[in-house]
Amino acid sequence: MYDTIIIGAGMSGLAAGIRLAMYDQRVCILEKHYTIGGLNSFYRTAGRNFDVGLHALTNYTDKGAKRGPLARLLRQLRLKWEDFQLAPQLGSAIAFPGIRLNFNNDIELLRGEIANAFPSERDRFAVLLTKLVDYDDLKQEDFERSARQFLKEHLRDPLLIEMLLCPLMWYGNARENDMDFGQFCIMFRSIFLEGFARPYQGVRLILKHLVRKFRSLGGELRLRSGVESIHVEGDRAVSVLLENGEVLQSRWILSSAGSVETLRLCDDLSSSLPPEPGCLSFIESISVLDCQPKHIGFDKTIVFFNDSEEFHWARPKHELCDLRTGVICSPNNYDYGPSSGDLDEGFIRLTTLANFDRWTQLPESRYRAEKMRWYEQSVASAVRFMPDFRNRVVATDIFTPRTIRRFTFHDNGAVYGAPRKRLDGTTHLKNLFLCGTDQGYVGIVGAIVSGLSMANQHCLRTS
Amino acid sequence: MTPAEIREEIIDILSDIAPDEDLTNLDDDKSFREQLELDSMDFLDIVMELRKRHRVQIPEAEYGNLASMSSTVTYLEPKMKEIVRA
Repeated sequence: MYDTIIIGAGMSGLAAGIRLAMYDQRVCILEKHYTIGGLNSFYRTAGRNFDVGLHALTNYTDKGAKRGPLARLLRQLRLKWEDFQLAPQLGSAIAFPGIRLNFNNDIELLRGEIANAFPSERDRFAVLLTKLVDYDDLKQEDFERSARQFLKEHLRDPLLIEMLLCPLMWYGNARENDMDFGQFCIMFRSIFLEGFARPYQGVRLILKHLVRKFRSLGGELRLRSGVESIHVEGDRAVSVLLENGEVLQSRWILSSAGSVETLRLCDDLSSSLPPEPGCLSFIESISVLDCQPKHIGFDKTIVFFNDSEEFHWARPKHELCDLRTGVICSPNNYDYGPSSGDLDEGFIRLTTLANFDRWTQLPESRYRAEKMRWYEQSVASAVRFMPDFRNRVVATDIFTPRTIRRFTFHDNGAVYGAPRKRLDGTTHLKNLFLCGTDQGYVGIVGAIVSGLSMANQHCLRTS
Repeated sequence: MTPAEIREEIIDILSDIAPDEDLTNLDDDKSFREQLELDSMDFLDIVMELRKRHRVQIPEAEYGNLASMSSTVTYLEPKMKEIVRA
């Protein structure tokens, strides 16, 4: 008999597991895949290490900062700031036709860029900032209000609104076209007011610390242990049936499998309406270059591009992908400092919106060819906004919505989960709770905070 | 435990929660929230650590007593006086 069973060994599940094991609970994390990390994972192919998910860790604050989600999660996990070896970004940009806003981890740069490009919006942007700093991400008032409406009330130039929304939607919006106000505030702060950073060794370093901590506290982690069903009696989940036939019992279950995915596991055939799963998925390519990106004139950490004045954030309807917008990221362009130096090879990662159904319906014979075709087309689209790197590419790897599904088992390969969040993490059962993207927080820091707060609220406070 | 020992124990818990924090100049009458910027998650940790280390139970309605060092020590004194320091 466990105190808590956690479904999924991603960032949120591992963080929740650490909290509970820290306070002497018997905890077991069940992971369906053969590796940890979920959406934020890593793999090795043809002698190279690749990350899935992580472009940048958001919410970066310097050592010694007491406020903000990064400081909060380090305290909660009893980790040191140094453990994540975070190197800050060199600088990023939002690129639209004929106009570019640069930003870095100091909001003054963005403020100045806006004052130059949109002089009449300078003062209104200052007012907007004051409204955003005070949003309490633990209280989450007016969370589902329209962010577009809020922006229209504070800014006049529609192009500036589109440009501000572009990176925020790309890095954490599960809704099509519009964004929840609460999510907008959280993302705005995490990207523009706090900022980007990355460990030299990538996401594996963060995962390594989480797993080591969890195990050192006596936690049990089982890989290749998919959950077949959750057995329900009355209003409680009483046991978990694994795909291998084993039955495990626990007082609480915390699931990062997603809300619709979790309800489907419950054997009481819940009468509650199934929540709508998310539909935004991506393809992402990694191009390995024969030089550092800065040698071909690319020194940006991340470029969010869009090729018209209007930013479209929706599942591509008629094609496998939508090439109008994308994210270019180079893990080389962080300030790693003299002790680490440059990464061994140059990398350009490129993310493009994709249609999950179209990708999964492709016959096997066409899948590879389509991957190559969309790789070429998406790179051709991206080099409109950065130096052309195509003659420097020595290797590529591409993941599609099919890959995302394999790592996360989330419906539709939905990267940011369901459009309607379950902020309190509750379900129709008294001892079954959600954590991870469908609870509400996204990104690496967000997922960890989600796991921590759901574990605290539901499995520690009442124990 | 004497009030002085309880204070030491709280300092130990705080240094666990916020390892980068210099606690030598802590003002006992000022709130933790103000001095250390502790949030609601951190207060839960003080409660959980007291339960884990000393089996002291603090009902949620009484968390308010943990606002500052002096209020915490006053509140914990009757609950911890029988505890012999390890």
